[in-house]
Amino acid sequence: MTMAVRNTNMSDAKAIPTIATKAVVLPFVPPKSQTGARIRQMAINIATAVVPPLITVALILIVWQILCARPGATLPAPSVVWAEANDLIVSPFFNFGSQDIGLGWRVLVSLQRVLVGFGLAAVVGIMLGTLVGQSVWAMRGLDPVFQVLRTVPPLAWLPIALAAFRDSQPSAIFVIFITSIWPVIINTAVGIRNIPQDYRNVALVLRLNAFEYFAKIMVPAAAPYIFTGLRIGIGLSWLAIVAAEMLTGGVGIGFFIWDAWNSSRLPDIVVALIYIGVVGFMLDRLVSLIGRLATRGVAVN
Amino acid sequence: MNRPYLKIDQVSKVFNRGSMSTEVLKDISLDIERGEFVSIIGHSGCGKSTLLNIIAGLTPATIGGILLEDREVNSPGPDRAVVFQNHSLLPWLTVYDNVRLAVDKVFGRQKSRAERHAWTMHNLDLVQMGHAADKRPSEVSGGMKQRVGIARALAMEPKVLLLDEPFGALDALTRAHLQDSVMQIHATLGNTVIMITHDVDEAVLLSDRIVMMTNGPSARVGEVLTVPLARPRKRLELVTNATYTKSRESVLKFLYERHQFVEAA
Repeated sequence: MTMAVRNTNMSDAKAIPTIATKAVVLPFVPPKSQTGARIRQMAINIATAVVPPLITVALILIVWQILCARPGATLPAPSVVWAEANDLIVSPFFNFGSQDIGLGWRVLVSLQRVLVGFGLAAVVGIMLGTLVGQSVWAMRGLDPVFQVLRTVPPLAWLPIALAAFRDSQPSAIFVIFITSIWPVIINTAVGIRNIPQDYRNVALVLRLNAFEYFAKIMVPAAAPYIFTGLRIGIGLSWLAIVAAEMLTGGVGIGFFIWDAWNSSRLPDIVVALIYIGVVGFMLDRLVSLIGRLATRGVAVN
Repeated sequence: MNRPYLKIDQVSKVFNRGSMSTEVLKDISLDIERGEFVSIIGHSGCGKSTLLNIIAGLTPATIGGILLEDREVNSPGPDRAVVFQNHSLLPWLTVYDNVRLAVDKVFGRQKSRAERHAWTMHNLDLVQMGHAADKRPSEVSGGMKQRVGIARALAMEPKVLLLDEPFGALDALTRAHLQDSVMQIHATLGNTVIMITHDVDEAVLLSDRIVMMTNGPSARVGEVLTVPLARPRKRLELVTNATYTKSRESVLKFLYERHQFVEAA
């Protein structure tokens, strides 16, 4: 390094000596400004992600406050929600007896139902989707039935489920199951049908048996599609659980909204809506994250 | 009577699409000896890939069949390993696991775990890819992917190695490197190789015999040229070699004078 500097010094010394002195100073400057620039860049990145939604939320709150603070307004203003439902917002996990519990507990109960219903839908859906994607005859026979059944709204299944199970708990789980299974089946089938012929040829040359083919080629190759189906499915099941719980009762977040409506606690309903939204968002992100981790490298070919 | 190692016996292939039927290959017969390197050359669309798929067992022949060591083969298997044109590596597996999958499947019973690991690494080293064993296919270049494809095929210890335009998607320099590697491997291991190509220089450089196919439909074997060049062959020395030039010329004449490619309108 010093050699190089000295060399340029010697060659440039007669012509422009000042440049050489500058060249010695320069190496000391960049490291400081680099870390500084990196921190600034990070701050800018965070700000560009966080500031716009904060502004939006603030604007919504302001407009809402103005609209609902007038005399004769039918809905509670944000200030009223904060004042009346303070305990629900501040402490999600209080427990004062059977129906007087925090929203966190209620969300957990609803999530448990979703987990069971959606878990079943994922397993059965991937298996049926594999069958439909793999066999032309299964597709011809099953696909029309699936296409008709998937358009049935979740709540339309509830009376049938109640009649069959004679209990609200399995009925709610069944509604989750039947709501979220269709996108899983359909996406899995598309994923399986789209496995490139090259991978099938590799499996043929290697003489993989049915199980090895399923585990080593089919599932990884179709994984991006399967996870798209799972992501749509979990969104739908979160939509369905609230409606189902409104009708079946119990402890879940859906029943809480119905109960609050019956006892005219509108601020509580507003808080519950925000809970549902945030949890739904987190579920979506969770499945998407698992999908990204599980399908690393598959999308890029 | 001396029977050939691999016999392609009067193979014809007709594709039926609805009421339309197209005869792609007509009456192809070819005997290939053990350790021979045979190239199949022809214009695109002449059915050379179909012929390779029939030998591999991926496509059934309409008439005729393939005999390997006197036994008919009509389903795919690791004794006829294929190096596919677009490498066909499984993108969710590392370079090592792609080869290991083949090794485990073919030698799962005969070799111990440690032996299979050693054999996988041996084959990766053979194509100079041992250094990238833990990378995923998306992280290595096109030429490297094809090297791994070759390693995977070699690792099956095939009786016949089938190369389906293996260097078609590569740039000229990478292609030359890979051709040298294939020549070296062929010299070391003495594999029987059938290669599909549309590159005249590649065919002459690598092959013992060049099978020239006429234009489809109903493509036949037009001519078979023996390349009497001694091995090892050196790319640079061959440029001025009279035999090389003559072989090259006769293939070119076949392709561009007698069986000129007619563009389908």
